Amino acid sequence: MELLVAAALGLVTACAVYLMLRGRTFPVVLGLALLGYAVNFFIFVAGGLAVGAPPLVADGAAAYADPLPQALVLTAIVIGFGTTGFLLALALRARAATGSDHVDGEEPR
Amino acid sequence: MSFWQAHLVVLPVVLPLAAGALMLLFDEGRYALKAAISVAATLALVAAAIALARLADAGAVHVYRLGDWPAPFGIVLVADRLSAVLVLLASALGFAALVFSLARWSRAGPRFHALFQFLLMGVNGAFLTGDLFNLFVFFEVFLAASYGLALYGSGAARVRAGLHYIAVNLTASLLFLIGASLLYGITGTLNMADLAVRVPAVAAGDRMLLEAGAAILGIAFLVKAGMWPLGFWLPGTYAAASAPAAAVFAILTKVGVYAVLRVSLLVFGAEAGASAGFGGDWLVLGGMLTLAFGVICMLAAQELSRLAAFSLLVSSGTLLAAIGTGGVAVTGAALYYLVVSTLGVGAFFLLIELVERGRAPGANVLAVTAEAFGLGDADGEIPAEEVVGIAIPAAVGVLGVTFACCALLLAGLPPLPGFIAKFALLAALLDPDPISAAAWSLLVLLTVSGLAATIATARAGVRIFWASPERSVPRVAVIEMAPVVLLLALCAGLTVQAGPAMRYLQDTAQSLHAPRGYIEGVLAR
Repeated sequence: MELLVAAALGLVTACAVYLMLRGRTFPVVLGLALLGYAVNFFIFVAGGLAVGAPPLVADGAAAYADPLPQALVLTAIVIGFGTTGFLLALALRARAATGSDHVDGEEPR
Repeated sequence: MSFWQAHLVVLPVVLPLAAGALMLLFDEGRYALKAAISVAATLALVAAAIALARLADAGAVHVYRLGDWPAPFGIVLVADRLSAVLVLLASALGFAALVFSLARWSRAGPRFHALFQFLLMGVNGAFLTGDLFNLFVFFEVFLAASYGLALYGSGAARVRAGLHYIAVNLTASLLFLIGASLLYGITGTLNMADLAVRVPAVAAGDRMLLEAGAAILGIAFLVKAGMWPLGFWLPGTYAAASAPAAAVFAILTKVGVYAVLRVSLLVFGAEAGASAGFGGDWLVLGGMLTLAFGVICMLAAQELSRLAAFSLLVSSGTLLAAIGTGGVAVTGAALYYLVVSTLGVGAFFLLIELVERGRAPGANVLAVTAEAFGLGDADGEIPAEEVVGIAIPAAVGVLGVTFACCALLLAGLPPLPGFIAKFALLAALLDPDPISAAAWSLLVLLTVSGLAATIATARAGVRIFWASPERSVPRVAVIEMAPVVLLLALCAGLTVQAGPAMRYLQDTAQSLHAPRGYIEGVLAR
């Protein structure tokens, strides 16, 4: 399972980095959103991988999953969602204000 | 202990939060009410910060448990001398920028005061928190507010610069999360004091991962601090931002510097076992590169706002290099420099708006071009009539004097405290007997940076104040001039009271380099 998780994480991150390096605002926003997903997943994994283990006190549980990363992920999701929404609105605004959807606000010569 | 004293530590976070939230209830028509709430809250914040600084000076670490859970489990706010000084600095700068904004800027768009209060809340929280993840949350709070403030006033230039600013800082925040979760994965804690206890005990096999996490975290901090080559977003954004926003943004780079200082001295201090002093060499190198880059750009800058932004880079570079160098005396001098340079750059950003008001857009570029091609001297005949004297309008006079004070501050020339800061830094660098090559290079760079700042600001000043008298005299309101004078008066106060201020900051450095008190205070052992 470790290999699968690590490979999936790496793939998503690679796609995100590729998208973020594009010159148009929309791929950049998508890239940041995707990187946000990868990072959230990464935080989740930082607590260790456990299958079928409850995060909080339960009767007869042999092992517990780490509950803290789950709480951290929740916070990170909320913040990431808000800032990505803001960035998207700003990208639209930039398109309207500069007449170009290039990240520098003008077409490359 | 009285009620107020018990809750003093959380006050710098709660006050702006409450004020900002309260203002959201009123619509934009109630302008005077909002301005009154904002000013009252910021004044109260300054008073609370002064009380906090006095409380922290007793030496003990004041811990505030949020939700009353004990330290490694719950989130704590910690007020030691460093946090208290920086909270005071942030609120004083915030107050000046707020008063300045009352004249014009706060009416230029919606929700200025609420954004401003949330920014102060995030900055104060970042200075006070003792928890790594909570630090991330406060970073996001002030960043979110700063996104709004950076775009405040609108316009294509702000939107363009804002897009870069937000994209870069979002990426840095994600790096922050990766670094923090790596540290958590290895040590199993996010409390900074607890991290300091656990880092020396990390198994040798995990140490590489731990240091990678710390390095990624450091990159996130250094993006905020504007270290070369991570700081390319900074000049454009700060130069495009409205004057009060840019002035209060001067403290944002210092939040990055603070985070580096706190984590490197607490978690990777002398007692961190195999990881002691991790990253120090990189900080020195990066700081000196930032310093050199900032100096070159200051000389090349054609617009005053860009000149100010680059002087902020110079200040960041100096601080990072000094932190990397280490040593109690160097850290103490660096803290004095931090306070002085933040006040100086803040005043400069405010002043620029006033100075530029009377000038046609693009006048600086024209002046430089004329200088380069010798156009100004083409008709260099001596005027036939002897000019007896030119009446200087009072506004120009005041602006000229304050501009000269800002220039002295940035360049580190006496009698203003920029000189004391630089002198203390140089003296501390020269103190250890075999002076290292890095310290020598920093010494040279610091001296050269002072010279370059003198040249750059003097050139700009000559171009503005000794230019042809036909230009219109800027209309300056007293309420706009007062904050600039207030900031400069604070600097003058730091010169007169340099002894006590330096003593306070040396004590701060002393306790930073001996983090046992902080750790024991937080973990209540």
